[in-house]
Amino acid sequence: MSTTSLMPSSESDIRDLLISETEGLHIAGGQSRLRATEEKVISTCALTGIVEYEPGALTMVAKAGTPLSIINETLQKENQQLAFEPPEYKHILNLLGHSTIGGVFATNASGSRRIQVGAARDHLLGVRFIDGLGRVVKNGGRVMKNVTGYDLVKLMAGSWGTLGIITEVSFKVLPIAETQVTLQIASREASILTRAMNTPYDVSGTFYDVASGFAYIRIEGFDKSVKYRMQQLLKEFSDFEIDIFDAEESKKFWSDVNNLAFLKNMQGDLWRISVRPTDGIQIIKKLDPKASYLDWSGGLVWLRVEEGFNVREKMQKMSGHAMCLSGSFNQFHPISTIEKTMSTSIRKKFDPKMLFNQQVLN
Amino acid sequence: MYLTDPNPKILAKKSELVRKLLSFLPRDAVIDDPHETLAYECDALSAYRCPPMVAVLPSTTEEVAKILKICWDLDVPVVPRGSGTSLAGGALPTGDSLVLGVARMNDTLEVDYPNRLIRVQTGRTNLSVTGEVESDGFFYAPDPSSQLACAISGNIAMNSGGAHCLKYGVTSNNLLGVKMVTMQGEIIDLGGSQLDASGYDLLGLICGSEGQLGIVTEATLRILHKPEGALPVLIGYNDSEVAGQCVSDIIKAGVLPVAIEFMDRPCIRATDAFSHAGYPDCEALLIIEVEGSEIEIEEQLAKIIEIANRHSPVELRRAKNSDEANRIWLGRKSAFGAMGQINDYMCLDGTIPVSKLPFVLKRISEMSKEFGLDVGNVFHAGDGNMHPLILYNANKPGDLETCEAFGAEILKLCVEVGGCLTGEHGVGIEKRDLMQIQYSADDLEAQMSIKDVFDPKWLLNPTKVFPLDVSAQRRGDASQETAA
Repeated sequence: MSTTSLMPSSESDIRDLLISETEGLHIAGGQSRLRATEEKVISTCALTGIVEYEPGALTMVAKAGTPLSIINETLQKENQQLAFEPPEYKHILNLLGHSTIGGVFATNASGSRRIQVGAARDHLLGVRFIDGLGRVVKNGGRVMKNVTGYDLVKLMAGSWGTLGIITEVSFKVLPIAETQVTLQIASREASILTRAMNTPYDVSGTFYDVASGFAYIRIEGFDKSVKYRMQQLLKEFSDFEIDIFDAEESKKFWSDVNNLAFLKNMQGDLWRISVRPTDGIQIIKKLDPKASYLDWSGGLVWLRVEEGFNVREKMQKMSGHAMCLSGSFNQFHPISTIEKTMSTSIRKKFDPKMLFNQQVLN
Repeated sequence: MYLTDPNPKILAKKSELVRKLLSFLPRDAVIDDPHETLAYECDALSAYRCPPMVAVLPSTTEEVAKILKICWDLDVPVVPRGSGTSLAGGALPTGDSLVLGVARMNDTLEVDYPNRLIRVQTGRTNLSVTGEVESDGFFYAPDPSSQLACAISGNIAMNSGGAHCLKYGVTSNNLLGVKMVTMQGEIIDLGGSQLDASGYDLLGLICGSEGQLGIVTEATLRILHKPEGALPVLIGYNDSEVAGQCVSDIIKAGVLPVAIEFMDRPCIRATDAFSHAGYPDCEALLIIEVEGSEIEIEEQLAKIIEIANRHSPVELRRAKNSDEANRIWLGRKSAFGAMGQINDYMCLDGTIPVSKLPFVLKRISEMSKEFGLDVGNVFHAGDGNMHPLILYNANKPGDLETCEAFGAEILKLCVEVGGCLTGEHGVGIEKRDLMQIQYSADDLEAQMSIKDVFDPKWLLNPTKVFPLDVSAQRRGDASQETAA
């Protein structure tokens, strides 16, 4: 698709654009997570900068177009991080763009540590956005606890640019752990992931490679604490063959997980399924995919399947949903009729002219 | 504060309403005798009272759906009620309303340890959820102070927090799914046992919507394995700025305690006189708790104590066992009771950026002199969630009004320094008329448009959250409309 890309550099420019606009627009950050769905693109890439950063309060405020790399570098200097480990999809989706902080929250992109610290939506404290009529709306704030009025922050997280153009986000950050280790456990059963989560040892990552039968369990924290918990887990799983990844190996492993490195350079459609953790392995058994991995203690399933194979048909009544990241199916899982009615009404309230990402979440 | 007058047209429908309710509800589930409806006249914001027209106590989701459909058809406003512990007047009825209490819906429907979840009916109390899974080593993390009494339905409506949310988050971070009934009587499932939503995060939107978007009858909650142990340390400083700096340094050092509580001198004195906890008489007291195994607690406390000592504390007391831990917590846990013994009090919960703590405390103490009312501060310092307790005498004419005006000034200050009106209690009626301090007309319009979607007639808890004049037209309140 040939596209024209507009990069307004202020809220008032966006407002002016939207007030006069009548045609469909593709709302984007750095275009590293979603392929353009309309010819005309409005990107937040020119809205950049960290507005405020208080390491002692664990909070940061940034303009939506600020590259994720800049956010990460700034946080690293204070030994802090986005604890939900936003994953990167650009390589696997063959997209050229770069990730922005607005895009991370607009797509609720959450990585392996989600099971311990929550998703992107749980870290987002406040938003400013411009709705389809050009109105600037703010919700939430920059403090950790805020129940003043409705939580539109949660609504905007994961709305994929369909309700407004996010211009500024404020979010919670957390310390980077002093050290980490990962246990590589040879286990025929994926249920070892939920077993690890049901210990008091504060596991921060669980991953299972179905083909090799290896489970990966990460623990992080201060040195003595990590050593102690590692010993406890070794005792807990003493019947299994276990290898230990030191801090460096562990970091490399989870970085690969978050870049979907294990699914790169493979043919077939790419699917991401979110289900009840113990259902993850059941889905894989039903589908017999070309490649499959479990994250989130089994509740997040990554699959490569034959092109054109409809994964959703096999889920039937299972609670959960499947996202098709590359393939001929609608990217987004259908929702119940009543939810659809409500969602469509909300969309019309925020974007009465139907300008934003009409192909998305439809 | 102005309470809305009942609408005579709705009052006239009372007998028809009661007849329809009794067609499927047992007699003892429909309370319409004016002596008995008095039991529902207020919640924990007890300065304001108003019995409802009718109260109902359904036992199933289907009954809730039928009740709401009847009220929808008759245009009767509905006030949802959990245990009635709201400090913001979230469950305060209007004279023409039906109070729908979920107290009889308190079953546990499912406990699933591998998936770390429990599904309950929402009339269950917060603490009883933990009670259900405790013997197997699990707990439900959000712990509002009222947890012995408060219901999960109210926790979801107000997105309740607690002392331990620095580490574990608030209700919305621990809620996986709900079964909800809309005002039109439709039953809808949002979320589930998976960890994210397929479309819009409607679950996140429902949580904290103060019972204005639907009535939640079932909830799927995340449960966690209990840590091996927990111990606190008590640190006293003679300067609140130094105490604030200490908190900031601890957080910057990468230690993440489960709780950091802060008390100022008036509060320390009051609680010590009341509980004999043996607190030092100083300007600022910190209670910092960490969790884990013995080795882990040792490691974290050593770091905290090292940082605390850099700031020259006047007292530093480390709990070595659970007895000593209880003694440290004793005063803090009885702080509200201690202040209540001195006088009536109003408790606010504005939240501020942690760095603004010393400035805000100084301004509050100045304002205390201006208004002539004493105030004590006890709060969750890790997340900037203040709890100023303003003392007043309910029997002294004008004192409540002065207290409310003082409270409003404190909340304005919270917003001015970059914070918010309420961190955990919710808006209810108490702060609805202050919403314009924090939000512009467009901000409020965006929120109200969500209510338009879920409750087009504005029948669910309609007089809460939004300033009365701002919501008047939507509520069909002609008197307010002209007043606005």
